[in-house]
Amino acid sequence: MADRSTTTSVGHSIARLEGRDKVTGRTDYIYNLRLPSMLHAKACRSPISHGRIRAIDTGAALAMPGVRHVVTGEDVKAVLPEPYYGPAFHDQPILALDKVRHFGEPVAVVLADDPHIAESAAQIIEVDYQELPGVYDEIEALRGQVIVHEELKPAGTFADLKHLAGRRDTNLALDYHLRHGDTDRAFAQAEHVFDHIFSTQQTMHAAFEPIVALADMRDGRLTIYSSTQSPSFVRFEIARLLGWPESHVRVKTAHLGGGFGAKVYVKAEALAMALSLIARRPVRVALTMEEQFYTITKHANTVRIRSAVDKDGRITGRKCEVWWNGGAYADIGPRVAQKSGFSAAGPYDIENVDIDSFALYTNRPPAGALRGFGIPQLVWAYESHTDIIAGELGIDPLAFRKRNILRNGRPQAVGSIVEDAEFEAVLDDVARRMNWRGPFDKGSGTLLRGRGIAIGFKASISPPPPSPIVSVQADGSCIVHCSTVDMGQGSDTAMAQIAAEVLNIALDSIKIVHPDTDVTPYDMSTLGSRSTFHMGHAVRLAAQDARGKLDAMASAAGLPEGANTPLADLFVKTFGMRAGTIVGAANYMPEYAPPNYETGQTPKVTPFWMIGAAGAEVEVDTQTGQFRITRLVNVCDAGKAINPAVVETQISGAAVMQLGFTMTENMIIEDGQLTNPSLADYKIPGFFDLPDAMENGFIEAEQHNGPFGAKGVGESGTFGVSPAIANAIADAVGVRITRLPITAEAVFRALRAKAGNPLGDA
Amino acid sequence: MTGRRRTIQFTLNGQPVAAEIGVHQNLTELLQDRFGLFGARESCGQGLCGCCTVLVDGQAITGCLRLAVLVDGSDVRTIEGLSDGETLSPEQEAFIESGAFQCGYCTPGFILMTRKLLDENPDPSDDDIKHYLSGNLCRCGAYPEILNAVKLAGRKRAALT
Repeated sequence: MADRSTTTSVGHSIARLEGRDKVTGRTDYIYNLRLPSMLHAKACRSPISHGRIRAIDTGAALAMPGVRHVVTGEDVKAVLPEPYYGPAFHDQPILALDKVRHFGEPVAVVLADDPHIAESAAQIIEVDYQELPGVYDEIEALRGQVIVHEELKPAGTFADLKHLAGRRDTNLALDYHLRHGDTDRAFAQAEHVFDHIFSTQQTMHAAFEPIVALADMRDGRLTIYSSTQSPSFVRFEIARLLGWPESHVRVKTAHLGGGFGAKVYVKAEALAMALSLIARRPVRVALTMEEQFYTITKHANTVRIRSAVDKDGRITGRKCEVWWNGGAYADIGPRVAQKSGFSAAGPYDIENVDIDSFALYTNRPPAGALRGFGIPQLVWAYESHTDIIAGELGIDPLAFRKRNILRNGRPQAVGSIVEDAEFEAVLDDVARRMNWRGPFDKGSGTLLRGRGIAIGFKASISPPPPSPIVSVQADGSCIVHCSTVDMGQGSDTAMAQIAAEVLNIALDSIKIVHPDTDVTPYDMSTLGSRSTFHMGHAVRLAAQDARGKLDAMASAAGLPEGANTPLADLFVKTFGMRAGTIVGAANYMPEYAPPNYETGQTPKVTPFWMIGAAGAEVEVDTQTGQFRITRLVNVCDAGKAINPAVVETQISGAAVMQLGFTMTENMIIEDGQLTNPSLADYKIPGFFDLPDAMENGFIEAEQHNGPFGAKGVGESGTFGVSPAIANAIADAVGVRITRLPITAEAVFRALRAKAGNPLGDA
Repeated sequence: MTGRRRTIQFTLNGQPVAAEIGVHQNLTELLQDRFGLFGARESCGQGLCGCCTVLVDGQAITGCLRLAVLVDGSDVRTIEGLSDGETLSPEQEAFIESGAFQCGYCTPGFILMTRKLLDENPDPSDDDIKHYLSGNLCRCGAYPEILNAVKLAGRKRAALT
């Protein structure tokens, strides 16, 4: 197959294809979609976090003029006998049945033509609960005094969950164990042993386009319009719930107003489907920002990490125990426990590693994927721990990391040989940008300054394969059908650049069709920084397939090789007129081997590694604990960038988001109730939360099996931020923050404790 | 509750218009449901994110907190009125050229605020820009690029005059 690649498009910072629509306010978000004769749904949500539903009185709501239906879990069960969904466990009811398991769980829904009527009526539904004790902490959940689910119901999709079927009296939704070398011996022979516990808080995505789904059920066919990152999975799961062939369910998306992992798998779609089934009319389920806090969040977690270190400052053994607070429904949390859990010892070359990673049910709102899939919570622990070790051994933090860093050709603890992973180069680039070896002003008096670095890594998610179609029209223009969802990461532009490059045609003659399961072929999901690598690779192959067919056409038409006949002329020569379509298709299946259940080991855990490191400089006021980030540097290994400007904004945006998770964002539960489900009380970063100086970059690298040498980068910018800041604070004032978020109060309390004058509880 | 309705008249992106609207409905709903304008859009619902920014009589307001009936007799400008659909405004061009958005949901609000800022202060400092735009949030974290875009828009406007 001829590959006529030139450098017309790939590697250039081309402005996003959809730019004009975005700056003129015309982008087609699903939240803005209205359907003829549509009903609006508003949920009545649980005011308690754990309890039995004794009775639901819908009478007053039904009597309100304009209300069409009031639907409860029992009504859903009457039309869908097994109304439970979820990617890992079939544990989540479409509407609560018998029990509620978290604050804000939907219990009943009002359908009305007017959304205000629906909202008013939802407020007068009366639910009688028998309140039960709740469990909110992941360590307490492990003890099992409060049980969230009576019986575990694995979905059957994942082999390592099947053994949990039917298990009772446990909150444990997955236990993953990794054994590499002889850790006990390493600790017995160690010169130094370190033992620390770190934790992170529950946070949430706050995508600005809230989660939304519209369902239109008619004549045994269903169309769902959703702001989903996973159209193919939604079709699969909705068809399963209905017992229908997948061909009868159509899922369409548009541009998403942010996703960040909130919109993967099923969110509002199952409810919209059930309501349309009952009402026999199109139904819109559009969450508010507040309702997003009750729908999907980022795991809080606790990590105990221990290291054995020899006299030369080499880490010889590490033991990690990780407890993930998965909330009331598993969502994809058990995959977080395994897929991220195996990297809990960090990007270091350690001969002996034990990891135990536990996914736990609690009575918090469900936790799932959020930009990094658990990795930032682990980097927080291992990079804080690593910094403490360097400090106690009197070794420079950069030198200590470089002494132990994982290098290409060496096995990671999971048993896979690392390749195309530029850990050291990324660290060196952070150090260069920070002028690490140069003099540093440590401040004086009550304003002290410090700096810190941190590095993290992540495996990609693989398989299954994407299968795009690249079709060349008779005028030489091109349409790409792929199910990658552009939620702001710029995938439309990247895919168009790849197709343009292979076909050697102008970028503006390429159209990217947005996911529509009737039209665009299967893709697992847009998540885990996988699309540039997986879909990009598949689009490249599909375009090459089309290119090969065009070459064959040219040859059959008697055109000399390299004649570069315009494509439109080629179609005329072949078909006698400007007509026809040439369709290129491909599957891309990267190498992958699942881990062994006993040892957690696998020879091929990922097709590529993501790497992100950060350097922070801070200034701390020792009288108040207030601190300012004076400089933040983020560097990633992105392979060879398809679109350098978009890559840089991905790195920058990820770092800004992680700043929120580091400093201000925290879902606070008191007496079982979430106290701050609004942007007024849950503070996401604004202009004044930015560091005084911010620098983002990526190193020159190449992913040998990536499309044009590229790899994913959507999450990498989050990895190092939190521990780099904690390490900088420790460097400035000698106190160690072990729990996120790092607030001025936390720093002040630590300063007072260090001075032997601790503050009492607030 | 939907019983009370009023007919209002106002100027929308330079054109006189009229609409009947419930007294409980907000400006974002008026623009979306009566005029099909979705550039001002709901997100936080509390006037904190700036996604529903609209210019009313030259003042930037949050459409989710402004009752629709209160714009009776006012001059209302939305992102859709910033360009004629063919030629982009300098602010819009600057946001594209600076890569100052990712998902784009908050972008119309930022662009309208940029227009207002530059009308009042053609050559703002970084600090001026941060203060003026502090009522707008971007969850994709495109703040550094937005800062560049505002400065570029200022230069573009200066070159036009």
